[in-house]
Amino acid sequence: MKKKSRNSNTVLLFITIALFVVMYAVGCIVYKDKGFTHLQTFLNILINNSGLLCVACGMTCVMLTGGIDISVGSLIALDCMLLAVGMEQVGIHPVLMCLIVLAIGILFGAVQGFFVGYLGIQPFIVTMAGMFFARGMTAVISTAQLSINKATFFVNMANIKLEVPFGIGAYTNRKGKLQVPYIRLHVVIALLVLLVIFLVLRYTKFGRNLYAVGGNEVSAAMMGLNVKKTKMQAYILASFLCSIGGICYCMNAMAASVTQATGFEMDAIASSVIGGTLLTGGVGNVIGSFFGVLITGTISTLVKTNGKLLSSWSSIAVAALLCFFIVLQSVFALMKKRAK
Amino acid sequence: MEKNVVLTMRGISMTFPGVKALDNVDFTLRKGEIHALMGENGAGKSTLIKCLTGINAFESGEIHVDGISGPVVNHSTLDAQKKGISTVYQEVNLCPNLSVAENLFIGREPKTRIGTIDWKTMTKKSQKIMKDLSIDIDVTQNLENYSLAIQQMIAIARAVDMESKVLILDEPTSSLDDNEVEKLFVLMRRLRAQGVGIIFVTHFLEQVYAVCDRITVLRNGQLVGEYPIEELPRVKLVAAMMGKDFDDLAAIKTEDKTDYSKAPLYIEAKGLSHKGTIKPFDFEIHKGEVVGLTGLLGSGRTELARVLYGADKTQSGTMKVNGKEVKINAPIEAMNLGMGLLPDDRKAEGIIQDLSVRENIILALQAKRGVFKLLPMSKQIEIADKYIELLQIKTASRETLIKQLSGGNQQKVILGRWLATDPEFLILDEPTRGIDVGTKTEIQKLVLKLAKEGKSIIFISSEIEEMLRTCSRMAVLRDGQKVGEITEDLTQQHVMAEIAGGGSK
Repeated sequence: MKKKSRNSNTVLLFITIALFVVMYAVGCIVYKDKGFTHLQTFLNILINNSGLLCVACGMTCVMLTGGIDISVGSLIALDCMLLAVGMEQVGIHPVLMCLIVLAIGILFGAVQGFFVGYLGIQPFIVTMAGMFFARGMTAVISTAQLSINKATFFVNMANIKLEVPFGIGAYTNRKGKLQVPYIRLHVVIALLVLLVIFLVLRYTKFGRNLYAVGGNEVSAAMMGLNVKKTKMQAYILASFLCSIGGICYCMNAMAASVTQATGFEMDAIASSVIGGTLLTGGVGNVIGSFFGVLITGTISTLVKTNGKLLSSWSSIAVAALLCFFIVLQSVFALMKKRAK
Repeated sequence: MEKNVVLTMRGISMTFPGVKALDNVDFTLRKGEIHALMGENGAGKSTLIKCLTGINAFESGEIHVDGISGPVVNHSTLDAQKKGISTVYQEVNLCPNLSVAENLFIGREPKTRIGTIDWKTMTKKSQKIMKDLSIDIDVTQNLENYSLAIQQMIAIARAVDMESKVLILDEPTSSLDDNEVEKLFVLMRRLRAQGVGIIFVTHFLEQVYAVCDRITVLRNGQLVGEYPIEELPRVKLVAAMMGKDFDDLAAIKTEDKTDYSKAPLYIEAKGLSHKGTIKPFDFEIHKGEVVGLTGLLGSGRTELARVLYGADKTQSGTMKVNGKEVKINAPIEAMNLGMGLLPDDRKAEGIIQDLSVRENIILALQAKRGVFKLLPMSKQIEIADKYIELLQIKTASRETLIKQLSGGNQQKVILGRWLATDPEFLILDEPTRGIDVGTKTEIQKLVLKLAKEGKSIIFISSEIEEMLRTCSRMAVLRDGQKVGEITEDLTQQHVMAEIAGGGSK
C-alpha cells in the first residue's frame, strides 16, 4: 500500500491545534507573573466552557449535514430555568429534573429535525423559530434572576472538585497554602460527550451517514441512505447534546435568567468553524471543535488576564480568527480544484 | 414469468406536466444479457429507468422481478437495491468528501462484533475490488482526489459489488476515455457470464455493437421494438430511433476546401498559459474557420478554451482580437468582444435549473446588454421561439422550467443562448455530448452554417469522426500542452496518431 498522504482537512486540523498551542504559549510568556502558566488556568478554560463543548459537538454534527442550529443558546437558557424552577421552587429531585431536561431536549430536536428533514424547510428558519420559542418559554416560566442553592444534591454535585492526582501542577500560593489543580464534574461529562461523539462519527453508520448527507445529498439518497431520517436524527442529537450542555452550563453558573447564554449559538458555530467544520457540510470533526472551544476560551482568558482590555476585544479576536479560518478553508478548496 | 427472465415491465405509462413521457412501454431483461436501451433525447429512456428504480412513480403498468412474487413497485433507490436492482448514472452519484472505500461500502459497511464500522475489513475489501478492476489507487483517500473517470469506475464497482440481479448503466461512458471504456466492457462481460442482466443506456452506437446482445428502441415515449443485435444493423437502428430514413451523416461533409489562411485573422494568441492546467500555447483562428481541439480526456482541450475566453486568467503572453491587442480578465469582457463559450459541464456551468427555457435562452444576451436595458418581453419571446424552432428543442412550452427537459435538450437551450448573442467567435466544448444522432447532425450542420456566415468556431469533441466532418484544421493537445496542428490529411488514423504522439510522428 502506498504511504498514506494527508489530505487538506487534516492539515486544517493541525493548523487549529498549532494555533491553540502558539496562542497558549504566548499567553504563558506574556502573563507569566499573572499565573497564566498554572495548570489551573488551563483547567478553568475547560470548567468555564464545558457547556459550550457539548453544544459545539452537537453543532458540528448538524453542520456536517450542511445544516445549522441557532436555537441552542435559547435552549440552554430554557434548560437552566427549568432546572432552577424545578429543583428550587417545585422541589423535584435533581436527577429527575435532569432527565426531564434531557427529554425536552430530545423532543425539541425531534420537532426541529422533522421540519428540516421531512418537510425540507431551511434549517436556519426552523431553528430560528426554535430559538424564539425556547427564549419565550423561558420568560413564561420565570422572568426572575434565580440562583440555585437549595437543591443540595445538585449543589454538591456541582461543587465536587476532582483534583489532579500525583500533585501534578500543584503550587503554593502567596499565603503559603498548597493549591492542587482540579476540574469539576461537568468537565468530565463534557469530555465524555466529546469522546462518545468522536467515536460515533467515526465508527457508526449514523456518523458516516452525516458525512455522506453533507457531502452530496442527492448522491447519498441514490446510494440508498435515508437522508430525511439522518437529518432528523442530527437535529435530535444536537438538541440532546445541547441539553447536556445546558446541565453543564447550569452546574457552572448555578443560576438562571431569561438573558442567559445569549449569543451562545454563535460561539458554538464559531468554535466548529475554527475547528475546521465547513458550513457547506461534509467536512469536520469534533476534535477540531474541541480545539475551537479551547481557542475561544483562551482568547477570553487572555483578555481577562490582561485586565485593562475591554472584554469586547475577545469578540474582535474571535471575529479575526473566523475570517482567517474561512479564508484558509477556501484557499484549500481552491488548491484542491487546481490540483485536478 | 418465463424462465431466464429477470425483469419484465409491462404497459408502463407516466406523464410529466404537458408531456406524455412514457406511453404503454414494455421491456424485458433476461439473465446474462446486455440489453441496450436506445432512443433520442426525450424518448423516455431515463424516465423508464427512473420508474424502475423508484425515483419516478409510474401511473399504470406492472413490473415483475425474478424471485419476487407479485408486481414490484419501488419507492426509492434503496427499495430497488434491496430487490437486486442497482444503478450507475451519468453524473457520478458518490460523496466526494468520503474515502473511496466508504463510497464503495456506505449503507452496508462491514461491522465488527460490537456493531461498529470495521474500517480494516472495509479497506481490505475495497483494495480487492479495485485490484480486480485493475485500478491502482489508495482507497483510503477521499474520492474528490481522483478524476471523474475513476470516480465513475468506483460508482460501477459499488453497484456491481452489491450482488445485483439487474444492473442499470445509464450513460456511464460519457466521461470515460477509450481505455477506460474497454475496462468497463471487460467488467460487463464478466458480469454477463455470471448471469447478471445489464441494461445499458448510451449514445455511442459503436459501444452498443461492441457489447450488447439485444436492443430495445424507444421513440417519443413509445416502444418501437425489441431486436436481437444481429438483426438490427446501425443504419436500421438509427432509422428506428429517428423514425425516418436516415440521411447519411457523411453527406454533410463539405468537400470544398477553402483556404482560410487568406481570410482575416480573428484571434491571434501568443504564449498564453494558465498555471497547472495548460502550458504556454500559440493559437490563431481566421474568420469563418472551424478549428477542432483534439486530444485525450484531460489533455487540456477545455482548459485551452477557458484561457481564450478569460474564464481562467492567462499568466503570460499576448492576445489580439481583430488585430487589436486585448487583455481578457473575465468572461464578460470576452462576451463584449463577441465571444461565446458553451461549457462541457452543462450541469455546473451552463443551465440555471429554476429558470424557464425562455429565460435561459436570453440570459447571455441580457448579460451582454447590461442589467438596466431589459429586453422587451415580445423580443424575448421572439428570440426564444426562434431558437426552440431552429434547434428543435423538445419542450412543453417556452415557459417550462429547464430542469424538466432531458439532458440533450438542455444542451440545445444553452447552444441557443449563445447563438442569441450573435457572437463572432464561439467555443463549443462537447456540444453534442449526450445528444442523439439526429440532433448531432443538426448541430454539426449548424456549425458549418455559422462558419459560412463568417463566424469563427472552436469545436471540441471526443468523437473524432464528428470533428473530421466539421473542422478544417485541428489542434492537438497532450498533457496540458498544445503539441501540434493538423491542417492536411485530416483522417481518423492521422489524427489518432497525432493524439497518441511518440514514435508515430
